[in-house]
Amino acid sequence: MNKDPLIIAGKAYHSRLLTGTGKYKNTEETRLATEASGAEIITVAIRRTNIGQTPGEPNLLDILPPNKYTLLPNTAGCYNVDDAVRTCRLARELLDGHDLVKLEVLGDEKTLFPDVTATLEAARILVKDGFKVMVYTNDDPIIAKRLEEIGCVAVMPLAAPIGSGLGIRNPYNIITIIENAKVPILVDAGVGTASDAAIAMELGCEGILMNTAIVGAKNPILMASAMKKAVEAGREAFLAGRIPRKRYASASSPIDGLFF
Amino acid sequence: MNIVLNGQPRPVNNGTHLEQLVQELGLKGKRLAVEINREIIPRSQYANTELKNGDTIEIVHAIGGG
Repeated sequence: MNKDPLIIAGKAYHSRLLTGTGKYKNTEETRLATEASGAEIITVAIRRTNIGQTPGEPNLLDILPPNKYTLLPNTAGCYNVDDAVRTCRLARELLDGHDLVKLEVLGDEKTLFPDVTATLEAARILVKDGFKVMVYTNDDPIIAKRLEEIGCVAVMPLAAPIGSGLGIRNPYNIITIIENAKVPILVDAGVGTASDAAIAMELGCEGILMNTAIVGAKNPILMASAMKKAVEAGREAFLAGRIPRKRYASASSPIDGLFF
Repeated sequence: MNIVLNGQPRPVNNGTHLEQLVQELGLKGKRLAVEINREIIPRSQYANTELKNGDTIEIVHAIGGG
């Protein structure tokens, strides 16, 4: 194991990049991009099985097997507490008792912003029911703290709206959330390109979860590789400690020994 | 008798067990989860679970998602 693992619910991971598996054109592209990203934790959605259609269709879990990846079932598409809790319980049955879930309770379709009051309520129910909850929320430090107090194992504020690619819209709130937290803070949603991922990591995030920024790129597999490097570079820069910003120059070469 | 399976009405023989339904659908051995009338049925109980007229059944699986 490397010297700087990401620890979530007591388990250590090498990679600080978590990826979604949505919107790929086929399972092969999903597999290649996921491998290129180096992600160990990948999100999946729970949906109705197609009845009587495409029986030979490759199953996502055949190409991304649970013994190789930590699957993180999400509650995407849930707009109320009941649907989110129900989805998590079905996911736990589906994955033989696996209890790590990504909770998101959405507020409206236009913004996909979280409904934080419903998110808090669903988080309470799920934690009580034994789930290890990684929770999607907005970049509000107070709500992030409340979710931690409820017992969520990771809190995941958005950088910007899901799929927007706008990057970190409120770095100061993200810093405040990180400073207040005793659980890992991961940016979930809103990054557009590698520099956005690096910035999130330089702020001190423990990791990043993304989907659209990779799959929506012209070359998703190359973007997955770029994101892997950006997350690693951003993490190292954070640990290294950046220089302070100054208004004026500071010469890199010595003044002593000048011969003119 | 009739059940509602993943939102669609479906006729099934009286006395059908969940295990038979899963088999008929070609889903035996696949990774899925089943709810009957919003109650999750553990995989170990499929053989013991007899379907009743009017049951609402959801069979779900994992797909790509962000």
